[in-house]
Order: sequence, then structure tokens, then C-alpha cells
Amino acid sequence: MSRMTLQTEGDTHVVVTRHFAASPEAVYRAHTDPELIQRWLLGPEGWSMPVCVSEATPGGKIRYEWTNGKGRGFHLTGEYVELTPYSRIVHVERMHLPDPTPDNLVETKFQPDGDGTLMTLRMTLPDEPTRAAMLATGMEQGMEASYTRLEAIF
Amino acid sequence: MVELNAQFAALADPTRRALLARLALGEATVSELTEPFDMTQPAISQHLKVLEDAGLITNRVDGTRRPRRLARAGIEAVDHWLAMLRTAMEKNYQRLDEVLAGEKRKGTMR
Repeated sequence: MSRMTLQTEGDTHVVVTRHFAASPEAVYRAHTDPELIQRWLLGPEGWSMPVCVSEATPGGKIRYEWTNGKGRGFHLTGEYVELTPYSRIVHVERMHLPDPTPDNLVETKFQPDGDGTLMTLRMTLPDEPTRAAMLATGMEQGMEASYTRLEAIF
Repeated sequence: MVELNAQFAALADPTRRALLARLALGEATVSELTEPFDMTQPAISQHLKVLEDAGLITNRVDGTRRPRRLARAGIEAVDHWLAMLRTAMEKNYQRLDEVLAGEKRKGTMR
């Protein structure tokens, strides 16, 4: 039941779209209000976000800290660049693993779509190899291809 | 845990991630791996050494060539990292559906 699409664009972009059964205002708020962000932007099952800083103003700080509750954790930092309530957010983000990954410039748009909202998230990576590394193999082909490779090697 | 940290450190570098992504398509020599990058062969060799020390890639001797390929940990790392992104996003948005439905019920949002 995946309504999410994920596609590359040009050499350095990744575009994700998703429909939500709520108004653009509600979806926009869920992307900027720290208390709401903490409830969904969690990644894999079992992880939580004990720290969420989201200063939704140009230049405002973003800091998300995740933990799996078993001693593993990582964090993301970023800055808001532009905000147009309730239709568009531009921000920069990087993961700390613990070394920072290259900056990812993200533009998120919220457009009325029937009774709900179409969200379009457009990432801009610094260069083609960085994006290639993100997308090269697993994301579309899934685990099947990797097990085939594993069998070929062992 | 040392190895896991070494792997995280190895994966934190975009060039090394790109090298792993290339090796996910099949084994390759240093010169083949150098080609797409605006970097010297010694610089690429240095990155390959970090990946090797982290247990992510291995090499074999084939006459004068020493082709590199992903080790099991390298395959797992690449897959884990790539699959994580897509799966995490899908899970996030399913949770967001629930958050939005909850907020709507509470009547705090229009």
C-alpha cells in the first residue's frame, strides 16, 4: 500500500512524493512543530527521538537526536533556509554518523490535492557520486538483488 | 563494536560510499574504480584501504591485477544503508498518517 514515489532527477536530485489525507496546513505543521515531528519522524521500528529542535524561521536550527534505547543512536543537524506557510519549506540537513555526511538541500512543498495534500520533497545532493552512493543498488531493487550477490560471492 | 565504528566511519565518506556502490555492481580494479572520480589513483587506494580495514571489501590476486569486491559486511552495510532510507521514509509517512488523523479527531487542525 505504498503511495510513496521516489525518483531521481538530473544528476544530483532525488524526488519523493506522498499524498496525505489532511490539509496542507496540517501537513506543514507536522513538518515544523517539534512535538509533532517527534511522533512520526522516527525511522525504523523501535527508535525514538528524545531531542527535537525545530526553529521554524529562516536561519533557525534543526537538530534531531534518535536512539534505539539500547545504546545506539545518531543525530541530524540542519538549518531552515526559507519557509512559506503552509506551502513550502527549504532546509539543509546532514547526518552525523558520527562524521557529518555531505549537506542535503531539501525543498518540501505542500499542495492541495483533492481532500488532502500532495507533498513533494526534492533533495539536492552535492554531486553525482554522492547521490549514486545513496541510490545505486538497494533502494529500488531491494534485498533480492543483494542475496543474489551474496550467493555469487560465497 | 570497534568494527562497527570503523564501518560507520568508513561509510561516512561520500567517496567511499560511492566506491561501495560501484563495487555492489561487481568487482573492479583500482584503475576502474578511479575512472569516475576526479581523484588520483593513490587517493582512491587510500579510501580502499579504509574500506578494507573496516572489513567492508576484500581483494584477490589475478596475475598483475588485484580486483576489489564487497565483503559480506560491505554488502550488508550497503543494503542496510540504502534499504534503511526507503523503509524508514515509508514507515515515517505511515506514522504521519496516524498523527494527522489523530490531530484531525482532536479538532486542533482544520
